[in-house]
Amino acid sequence: MDIKSIPIKRLSTEESATFDRSTIDYIQKAAAHGLYEIRGLGAKRQLPHFDDLLFLAGSLSRYPLEGYREKCVTKTVLGTRFAKKPIELAIPITVAGMSFGALSANVKESLGRAATELGTTTTTGDGGMTPEERNSSKTLVYQCLPSRYGFNPDDVRRADAIEVVIGQGAKPGGGGMLLGQKVNPRVAKMRTLPQGVDQRSACRHPDWTGPDDLAIKIQELRELTDWEKPIYVKVGATRVFNDVKLAVHAGADVVVVDGMQGGTAATQTCYIEHIGIPTLAAVRQAVDALEDLNMKGKVQLIVSGGIRSGADVAKALALGADAVAIGQGILVALGCNSETYVQNGEHHSALEGYDALGTAPGFCHHCHTGKCPVGVTTQDSVLEQRLQPDVGSRRVRNYLKTLNMELTTIARACGKQNVHHLEREDLVALTLEAAAMARVPLAGTNWIPGFGGR
Amino acid sequence: MERLIAPLEFDLAKLPLTEMNRFLHQELDDGDTRTVAVVNPDGAHNIAVGLNQPVKVEIHGHAGYYAGGMNKHAHVTIHGSAGTGVAENMMSGTVHVKGFASNGAGATAHGGLLVIDGDAGLRCGISLKGADIVVGGSVGSFSGFMAQAGRMVICGDAGDALGDSLYEAVIYIKGEPKSLGADAQFEPMTDADVEALAGLLDRAGLDHDPKSFRRIASARQLYHWNADANQEY
Repeated sequence: MDIKSIPIKRLSTEESATFDRSTIDYIQKAAAHGLYEIRGLGAKRQLPHFDDLLFLAGSLSRYPLEGYREKCVTKTVLGTRFAKKPIELAIPITVAGMSFGALSANVKESLGRAATELGTTTTTGDGGMTPEERNSSKTLVYQCLPSRYGFNPDDVRRADAIEVVIGQGAKPGGGGMLLGQKVNPRVAKMRTLPQGVDQRSACRHPDWTGPDDLAIKIQELRELTDWEKPIYVKVGATRVFNDVKLAVHAGADVVVVDGMQGGTAATQTCYIEHIGIPTLAAVRQAVDALEDLNMKGKVQLIVSGGIRSGADVAKALALGADAVAIGQGILVALGCNSETYVQNGEHHSALEGYDALGTAPGFCHHCHTGKCPVGVTTQDSVLEQRLQPDVGSRRVRNYLKTLNMELTTIARACGKQNVHHLEREDLVALTLEAAAMARVPLAGTNWIPGFGGR
Repeated sequence: MERLIAPLEFDLAKLPLTEMNRFLHQELDDGDTRTVAVVNPDGAHNIAVGLNQPVKVEIHGHAGYYAGGMNKHAHVTIHGSAGTGVAENMMSGTVHVKGFASNGAGATAHGGLLVIDGDAGLRCGISLKGADIVVGGSVGSFSGFMAQAGRMVICGDAGDALGDSLYEAVIYIKGEPKSLGADAQFEPMTDADVEALAGLLDRAGLDHDPKSFRRIASARQLYHWNADANQEY
């Protein structure tokens, strides 16, 4: 027998699962530079998510509502616990906090206009409130972050609600980061920083530590605004059950829980991919905490982190959230990772811009560079013109409208006259992981893994 | 809202804090009283927060957290000691603590003057954004952490890591810091420093020779997260 004829070609080119090509690239990049990677957007790895849940709609045992004829309420009220002026939303879908600095002023204006048209809220970010977003947003949530960049009592008074940010899903336990190329003169002035500096935000608040202090901080914000405005507390999803309970004890009107699929403008990749828990697991723990305290319906829950579609919104609501917040989905609606940008009604290719960043539409996560080829996450005076507020606001409005139509379609199919009547019993899971995390039965069974010691 | 009749004195043993703060938030007319005394503060938190007009508030006793927090235009004096975060995020006006101040005094303050006659606790002037702070005594560790703009005067000593990760704020100290923080360095005093310091000491009513102080500022080595970012091997 001729030994040479044994085929070994495929064996000798077999890729290692542990040391695959991207791992090899990662190690060799680390070896060349001695630096960790910083990038934008959220976790790219495969995670249990809302896709792993399905709805059981109406049939014989329950009856559905007519798609277009029968009404389905989407009104959502946030901040009913202590605030004299709670926030009333026409739809349970809000725009997540994103900073001016990370985003351009045009984008901020687009978000405000779209949200106002649809009766929902936008949120400021690290770096303070811009006139563009205040003027364009009927209802604006003002974030109080550890860095307090641009934070001032006039804007607190101008805001409709205040969100004390403890952490963010993309980087719980980490502070912000805005690389020097995005710290242009206006951003530098707003943040009281030298122009072009690589800006680091603190990870802890400067004037309080722990839940007992937070209670006093929340009281300060209430006293300052004569108890008018709802106070939200936002946490990155880690020990969600305990954190939500502590936020409620500290006096929050609304708790915002951001899962690990939540985005960021710039953070170490090791944070994005390895810290925090998936949104799916976080929602259930947050709802359990509120139910455990008998505060469901008294303290509202906003969930964020990888919400993309009306189905995602419906599933978050069915699991017990009162509303959702969307960041990355909205950036994508604006044109993030699109091949083109629109100028005076014409589409122009952005491919050269992606190429210069060493990437391509569909893969780009280069928000941290400030060289966004479609003008969304940039402070560059030329690039930011690629996203005009007219185009941006129309796209975001259409996107949010679509999500709301999908949400009510699903709610009607489940026989609900109000999207907030969606419930856990409407859901089943496709995978064991999702069944265990969301604590709904695996489809076709009555089995909830890990529940009740089984 | 029914207009409150201006009293000269608020007794916090009898009146809820919220009512006093609400009174101070009202737009005052020309004829309204501009000096308000607070008695029996008893360490209450959030006394006189969010003031937005030139009133004088005299607190007779100890104040809790965030006294004079986010102040604009007003002049708040605490005839006692202050808890955590006194004058935090102040924009303008003055806050004067006659006794001691706890942690995070003057945190993130953008403007105005904070004077503490006694000592201040940890993280005094953390993330300072343009205000002036004068401490008659000593300050605790991590004071001036990430301070971005403004001036901080310490007439006594400082704990560990003074001025850690400083941006453009300047610290003047008469005594000894236990240690300097990352990127903080001693620099020679210029004539402009001496003049500025003399002005601050004068405004604080403290009698020290400005020439006996040393200047601490940022070495600016942390402004870019790694200067060797483009190294290749």
